[in-house]
Amino acid sequence: MTEYLIDIKDVTHAYQTQSGPLPVLDGLNVSVPEGGFAAVVGPSGCGKSTLTRLIAGLMKPDAGEVWLHGEPVKGPRATVGMAFQNPVLLEWRSILKNVLLPLEIVHSKLSRREQEERARRLLALVGLEGFEDKRPSELSGGMRQRASLCRALIHQPEVLILDEPFGALDAFTREDLWQIMHRVKEEEPFTGVLITHDLRESIFLADEVIVLSGRPAHTQYRLTVPDTGPRDLDHLYTPEAAEMLNVLRHQIEIAQGRAPAEAAE
Amino acid sequence: MVQKIAVPLIAVLIFLLLWELLVWANGWPNYKMASPSDLWPAFWRFRELFFVMGWDTLWRTVVGLLLAIVFGVGLGMIMGFSRIMRDALYPLLVGFNAIPKATVVPIIALMFVGAHDFNTILIAFMISFFPIAVSVSIGLSTLEPEYRDILRSLGASKLDIFWKIALPKTLPEFFGALKVSVTLAFIGTNLMEIVSPHGRGLGALFDSGKTNSDYPLMFAVLIALAFLGIVLYYVVVALEKVFAGWAERSPT
Ligand SMILES: Nc1ncnc2c1ncn2[C@@H]1O[C@H](COP(=O)(O)OP(=O)(O)OP(=O)(O)O)[C@@H](O)[C@H]1O
Ligand SMILES: [Mg+2]
Repeated sequence: MTEYLIDIKDVTHAYQTQSGPLPVLDGLNVSVPEGGFAAVVGPSGCGKSTLTRLIAGLMKPDAGEVWLHGEPVKGPRATVGMAFQNPVLLEWRSILKNVLLPLEIVHSKLSRREQEERARRLLALVGLEGFEDKRPSELSGGMRQRASLCRALIHQPEVLILDEPFGALDAFTREDLWQIMHRVKEEEPFTGVLITHDLRESIFLADEVIVLSGRPAHTQYRLTVPDTGPRDLDHLYTPEAAEMLNVLRHQIEIAQGRAPAEAAE
Repeated sequence: MVQKIAVPLIAVLIFLLLWELLVWANGWPNYKMASPSDLWPAFWRFRELFFVMGWDTLWRTVVGLLLAIVFGVGLGMIMGFSRIMRDALYPLLVGFNAIPKATVVPIIALMFVGAHDFNTILIAFMISFFPIAVSVSIGLSTLEPEYRDILRSLGASKLDIFWKIALPKTLPEFFGALKVSVTLAFIGTNLMEIVSPHGRGLGALFDSGKTNSDYPLMFAVLIALAFLGIVLYYVVVALEKVFAGWAERSPT
């Protein structure tokens, strides 16, 4: 048992490739308390998406343990919601039907009517009111990403896994979505893991930032973000924020092997 | 809508007119090139035969095509979901497809001598399942892993993923292939009807026109074949609109 909702202990994993095993994770430890929101940053290809697949139960680690809500993860489970950089909406369904998709798999206590009401409420929450019957192709990239977020939340998952969900968006749209994320977290509490390449995003949204080392990845550095919760973008331009960004940038440089490791704490 | 029907119709009329003019200007006799005005009498004289034979051709083509769809989709699924099966079956399939079906027709006719419907359907099937199998297998094997993961992470079964995502996502490719296959099946049916004459189908009517040196009849059969081919093709187009219309982007 553990007091964390997500607890990854000493996980080691290697992919079997044509040129032999490729070690990706090496003694990785990540823990997120209930209601926490952890951002994971690290060099490209260091194993961040692999980490999300382990939490989601889409694969098993070679060694170590992945715990979710006090139970070891043995396979996929309905208490997880996922969103990726690619919104992967189904073109042949309306936005509303796309959002409702998980409820066709997961058993829900809600009636059909209530399910639909919930979907509409979520869509309104992210500012997609009036787009319920549109096809994904009729929406902009940012709107599609918001719909994909609603789909990840529709079945009230305990854990929300976001793998660079805003990575492909322009800066303004992205900042818009950060605000929306705060609103969503207030209305629909979840325990979250956010993979990102954007350090400003990590300190703006998460309450803890975890820096992974280069491949094979272990936890290199953890930064606790003080006073979390909804806030405006000005927060990113305070001296405290500048200091955090500086520390994180330096840690990334170490992870990339561009700065000497002795500077690490 | 009016434009959609009027434009092709006018194009056909102009084509017939040019044809008539060409034959008339060159003074070609019927055995060299029949003119459109000779076709209608030829058709009218044998109108009952046209309907009976046309029906034979039509239903055997459609049955062959349906078999091709069932078999092609099944094979495509096997190859789409399993890498090993894909590697194993692909060369076989390509080799099989490369054999000119005209050479297979007499073999089949001998193998199942007398079973005319079966023979004809078999050729229509054999010639038309390949594009379907290939398109389905490619559609399934190129499905982005994220599409699978959004359902798999919820504990969905393989079957759920197939019905809810893989199959609908493959439909545009499938219909693209079906448009090719429907024409191929049609060719297959006629191949059997002409090469192994058993007195049924438009192919047989064509053959009898040949034996009796009734050139206008032969041309009339060609036109009838073209007509049936167009009808079948547009049936597929209509089905595509219903089942995969979402893939069509508005032209703006
Ligand atoms: N299914 C797989 N088979 C073999 N190797 C893989 C597989 N998936 C990922 N890899 C490799 O494992 C490493 C880590 O992949 P992963 O996707 O977890 O990285 P990432 O940190 O998410 O990268 P990015 O920042 O680019 O998204 C990469 O080098 C990748 O090439
Ligand atoms: Mg990744």
